[in-house]
Amino acid sequence: MSTTYLEAIREGLWEEMERDPNVFCIGEDIGEYGGAFKVTAGLLERFGARRVVDTPISEAAIVGASIGAGLMGLRPVAEMQFADFITCGFDQIVNFAAKCRYRWNAGVPIVIRSPSGGGIHGGPFHSQNPEMWFVRTPGLKVVCPATAYDAKGLIKSAIRDNDPVLFFEHKALYRKIKEDLPSEEYTVPIGKAKVVREGRDLSIITYGAMVWTALEAAERLAEEGCSAEVVDLRTLMPLDRDTVCASVRKTSKALLLHEDTRTGGMAGELAATITENVFEYLDGPIVRVTAPDTPVPYSPPLEEAFLPNAEKVIEKARWLHRY
Amino acid sequence: MSTVHASGAEIHNAAPAAGTPEAELAHKCLHYMLLMREVEDRIERKLYRQGKVLGGVYVGRGQEAIPVGSALVAQADDVLFPTHRDMAVFFIRGVSARRVLAQYMGRVDGVTRGRDGNMHMGDMSAGVVSLISALAATVPVAAGVALAMRYKGINGVAFSYFGDGSTSRGDWHEGVNFASVQKLPVVYICNNNQYAYSTPLNLQMACANVADRGPAYNMPAEIVDGNDVLAVHEATVRAAAYARSGNGPYLLECKTFRMTGHSAHDAAHYVPQGLFEEWGKLDPIVRLEKRMLDERWAAQVELDEVHASIARVVDDAVAWAEQSPYPDAATLLDGVYESQ
Ligand SMILES: Cc1ncc(C[n+]2csc(CCOP(=O)(O)OP(=O)(O)O)c2C)c(N)n1
Ligand SMILES: [Mg+2]
Repeated sequence: MSTTYLEAIREGLWEEMERDPNVFCIGEDIGEYGGAFKVTAGLLERFGARRVVDTPISEAAIVGASIGAGLMGLRPVAEMQFADFITCGFDQIVNFAAKCRYRWNAGVPIVIRSPSGGGIHGGPFHSQNPEMWFVRTPGLKVVCPATAYDAKGLIKSAIRDNDPVLFFEHKALYRKIKEDLPSEEYTVPIGKAKVVREGRDLSIITYGAMVWTALEAAERLAEEGCSAEVVDLRTLMPLDRDTVCASVRKTSKALLLHEDTRTGGMAGELAATITENVFEYLDGPIVRVTAPDTPVPYSPPLEEAFLPNAEKVIEKARWLHRY
Repeated sequence: MSTVHASGAEIHNAAPAAGTPEAELAHKCLHYMLLMREVEDRIERKLYRQGKVLGGVYVGRGQEAIPVGSALVAQADDVLFPTHRDMAVFFIRGVSARRVLAQYMGRVDGVTRGRDGNMHMGDMSAGVVSLISALAATVPVAAGVALAMRYKGINGVAFSYFGDGSTSRGDWHEGVNFASVQKLPVVYICNNNQYAYSTPLNLQMACANVADRGPAYNMPAEIVDGNDVLAVHEATVRAAAYARSGNGPYLLECKTFRMTGHSAHDAAHYVPQGLFEEWGKLDPIVRLEKRMLDERWAAQVELDEVHASIARVVDDAVAWAEQSPYPDAATLLDGVYESQ
């Protein structure tokens, strides 16, 4: 039976709550309503209000209370209704949670789940990709799954991790992608990228919903005789530099792709990683395909122009291939 | 709690009552409440379903008395901070239904030129500040507007709107506390529609009323019948006079009910049976019309003509908005900074 990305996350939560009585969920409208996107639907009925805690509209309290509960040995999984509102709990995340272990050796085993990303006509406040605010905060782990398999395996690993994990769920994938998941239990390790398509001529390195864009582009590029490899980072922090560098060593060309805006985006860090480690293998400049440095616009033609898509990837890939 | 007390003589004679200030106010209130109702109905029940409005749609159906009764009190220099359920504030401040509809359709003639959608719009020339989605984020900003008014010697008031759920945010408490400490001219207008998305009041706050939060900030707080537009108006007159005189902020809690789901995609199954029906009987438009007839501020034929003329205005506005082009994708990068 095939499982959607959304159901995969729910299954992961469910299994971890069955496995460990210290795991509980906390957030706005997550109980009876099952969450704005219905990820937590059914959890209240199964696990009760003690373990599925509905909160007031108070993101700082959701994160802060998660930290407190985490310090006491519980394993909270907090939900932000939209990733955009994570700003309201920002201080708790980047100053409190992120720095506890380094400062006073206190582990904060919390997961913060946030639906992020555009392509749903959500406008500037329901479409953002805020992962880099956290990637550049030492002490936090940042996970951005692209597939149902990884979403389930990574949410389970995130819950078991003893450090704070930001778990970004691309909302455009929730019901769009499906796959058959193994019936036996599995986890996916945090910090490991994956080559999701083998290729010879260039590497498209990406994560999140853009993995699907990269695969679509690679398929079409193959018809033109350009063999593109696609690397899905899966975790942005800690970054699997080895897999990135191995791919570039093999193809000698790198196209870095993300839905997040350009300046200060993941591509910059990847470009530096590649030049530091495998510069002598490069046969062409590193190229980026990203959203431009603007807020996410609402009107369809503007949002379409804003978001990277297969066309834009193919155009850059062709140029790089010929280089 | 109405300003209007019709005498027995007036009840027997339609002519003298019709031209009174009370009657005029009632007519204005009716106009704006109907305009908001009609524009939102078109958006939610037609344009959204036809795929001409995309993304999230939130309406203030059943709550129109709150933005209308309050914003009609605002003076030219006042600055208003409406929420996603306060569309009428825009109409009262002179933003046309045409431009509001173009905004919802993502067109270039919309208030944000397609950059943002639905009620995420503002216009400083009309004295209206755009909300951001993060709830209660406008509350500290309202304090800053009020601070600037006092600083510049403008005798204005900031009208800060929010829902019951938004009072749980830290921003709300920081903004209100600061305004209270500084005795800033802010009128807080809470629409307590008893839900925040699916969350009922008892999971939102431990006090019975939003107004109970007032004393903690040494701020007068009043509970108002939010489905009685004239009561909202009268209370706002009192609150604005208090704030404008330099006494500090004033909180109005307007009790009402959200007569829809949270948004167009929410069927609101979590609302107990019967509540919609119960509150439907208190519809603010129906109540005002009945009052207008009872007080002889209007005859039925006039009310019918108001309905018909609003429908014509909105027909025109929809047609106009649909003809407005989408923004050119080449403008995507424009306007991030004043000059690039
Ligand atoms: C900080 C923040 N958290 C969550 C949301 C998602 N959200 C949008 S409206 C809403 C409910 C708002 O309730 P209330 O303040 O009572 O206003 P109402 O919609 O009832 O008018 C929620 C939770 C948000 N917009 N901002
Ligand atoms: Mg509410």
